[in-house]
Amino acid sequence: MGEKFAEKDLVKLDGVLADLGSQKGTLIPVLQKAQEIFGYLPREVLVRISEKIKVPISQIYGVVTFYAQFHLMPRGKNIVRSCQGTACHVRGAKGILAELRRQLGLGEEESTTKDLGFTLETVACIGCCGLAPVLMVNDETHGRLVPDAIKGILDQYR
Amino acid sequence: MEKLARAHVLCCGGTGCSSSGSKEIIPAFKEKLAARGMSDEVKVVETGCHGLCELGPLVIVYPEGVFYTKVKVSDVDEIVETHLIKGRVIERLLFREPATLASVPDYDDIAFYKKQHRYALVNCGHINPESMEEYIGAEGYEGLAKALSMTPEDVIAEVKKSGLRGRGGGGFPTGNKWQFTRNAAGDKKYVICNADEGDPGAFMDRSVLEGDPHRVLEGMIICGYAVGADEGYIYCRAEYPLAIRRLQGAIKQAMDAGLLGENILGSGFSFTIHIKEGAGAFVCGEETALIASIEGRRGMPRPRPPFPANSGLWGKPSNINNVETFANIPSIMRDGGDYFASQGTETSKGTKVFALTGKINNTGLAEVPMGITMREIIYDIGGGIPNGKKFKAVQIGGPSGGCLPEQLLDLAIDYESLTKAGAMMGSGGLVVMDETTCMVDVARYFLNFTQDESCGKCTPCREGTKRMLEILNRICDGKGTEEDIPLLESLAKSIKAGSLCALGQTAPNPVLSTLNFFRNEYEAHIRDHKCPAGVCTAFLGYTITDNCRGCGLCKKACPVEAISGEVKAKHVIDPEKCIKCGACQAKCPFKAIDKG
Repeated sequence: MGEKFAEKDLVKLDGVLADLGSQKGTLIPVLQKAQEIFGYLPREVLVRISEKIKVPISQIYGVVTFYAQFHLMPRGKNIVRSCQGTACHVRGAKGILAELRRQLGLGEEESTTKDLGFTLETVACIGCCGLAPVLMVNDETHGRLVPDAIKGILDQYR
Repeated sequence: MEKLARAHVLCCGGTGCSSSGSKEIIPAFKEKLAARGMSDEVKVVETGCHGLCELGPLVIVYPEGVFYTKVKVSDVDEIVETHLIKGRVIERLLFREPATLASVPDYDDIAFYKKQHRYALVNCGHINPESMEEYIGAEGYEGLAKALSMTPEDVIAEVKKSGLRGRGGGGFPTGNKWQFTRNAAGDKKYVICNADEGDPGAFMDRSVLEGDPHRVLEGMIICGYAVGADEGYIYCRAEYPLAIRRLQGAIKQAMDAGLLGENILGSGFSFTIHIKEGAGAFVCGEETALIASIEGRRGMPRPRPPFPANSGLWGKPSNINNVETFANIPSIMRDGGDYFASQGTETSKGTKVFALTGKINNTGLAEVPMGITMREIIYDIGGGIPNGKKFKAVQIGGPSGGCLPEQLLDLAIDYESLTKAGAMMGSGGLVVMDETTCMVDVARYFLNFTQDESCGKCTPCREGTKRMLEILNRICDGKGTEEDIPLLESLAKSIKAGSLCALGQTAPNPVLSTLNFFRNEYEAHIRDHKCPAGVCTAFLGYTITDNCRGCGLCKKACPVEAISGEVKAKHVIDPEKCIKCGACQAKCPFKAIDKG
């Protein structure tokens, strides 16, 4: 593997593979742990997983691209999830998303800021409908949003 | 032994209240009580969700049962000094009924709770979810002890007697499902708990998992005993980190106490439970897709039969139930099936938890007996529609469901009546919509969701939902034609008939249901080029009226520089540049910007 991964992260990955590698149905938990370590799933990491747990890389690629949780590209330091659930939708989630894009300087098709500070994604529902519209930054939920509140929320993570 | 406290301060630690600030309130209480030397007499408990998320953070003070809402860190001093020391209730923090604005001190007198019958949610908000002792103190694991003294056949008979039906959406009789798995040949069997709550607008499973995790474990262990399984899996959404943490803690406590693991309560029956985190795919709520996902594959459904009861996880007989279904089991075993069956309607027994959201005063979770009317849920429990707006419809059953208009508000709700009305029980998400909600936009919203979440395996769902979405986009963009409505109806029919799993078979429901009750809105978009609710931006324009004082706030707010004008002179909006975001209208202090 190339220079771009820290040795300690590769050791961690090998540790995960040693722990979980032999269990039945282990692929998804292994990918989840690997993504926790590297922040995304680089090709080299997938190849290493494939060799160790003896699952063809084609099958791994199929699984990675099927689930919304897995990412093949580097991600921002902070993950912003804008909820697009029904309750949020009828209470103005579209306006919140537009303001997030504006504040982060992201175009319609972009999801990660150039400085890798933020990744913006939408989520179907985070089950916090009582506070709609809501968003999550990393593991923290922010509710009862209005577009004016967005800048202040993002600033807490800058 | 721990000293008995003279008062308890229950602070809601559910996701709703934590995000409104309860995380700071709990340490503030502890600190203040310690400073006053009262740590021994007053106990602070972090509980699960009370269901009234809108008014969080919630604090309840027992023994009186006084219910405080929207509590801030700055209120903690007063609650300790005035309530806990001087014994006086703090009027300004009490709950107020939206209809009368009267303050209600006692938890049990609040209309939101009064009409509810909390059976699956009975402990949520009342016990510390991280304490197994509190669960046991609330009659927890009694159902399991009783079940283990019966034969597995008798346990299944009791569940059948209760009339419990699957709470995840399908409504299949739970006892029969258990019987199929019990009857299936094989020594290795599995119990699976579907905690992949994916319907946008539903969060009852989250609340149970976070607020009363042992109840779900107990339900699964009883099921394992009844069907003859020794291993269970909980498939939980990764979007619910707190639920996963609480489940892990509960599994460990139950293992240590001998309620899980080898030879449970000396009965000779052994059972273990694993947690599998989902990876973000709505279709994994479908049972065969969920099994594929646990096995580490793409979560795609397969045709049934064989049903999971005969060939499920790793090809072994598997019984899958949803969280709320399992949460009902311990009490059914404890109280007997007859008690559960004494509530509800002829075909739908017991209670159901509904998630009330959207344009409604009391958003939150309400558990009510089957057979209640939608009017009672929305007006008596939910407190009606905010801001004096007019009710238009309630959407039930999420992306698989439909909407009920005003004329059906008095329908007694059960599985059959909802299906007959073109909606479905689904997981029980209720999204209330008022006159400012566009029904075509709502249909488009759901199709956008199902189209996105379609796994792509079968053509009717993959292609059909995409084509339906294109038509709906066209209508919302003002480019609809007269042929579009019959075309939508014909596509809907083919998709329902031809799709492999329930996702596709029910995906057209939101369109059919809105076409059925709100066809005039579709026609207004197509024929009159109008969106009656004022939602679809293609038909909107913003104009500045003579009320404008030329303050320039709108100009600053406009993200695309579409507004021009001199200071203290009337401004104008360039309709070519305007993206109709509404930012100017929100900022104008003189109400000088009209939408229409």
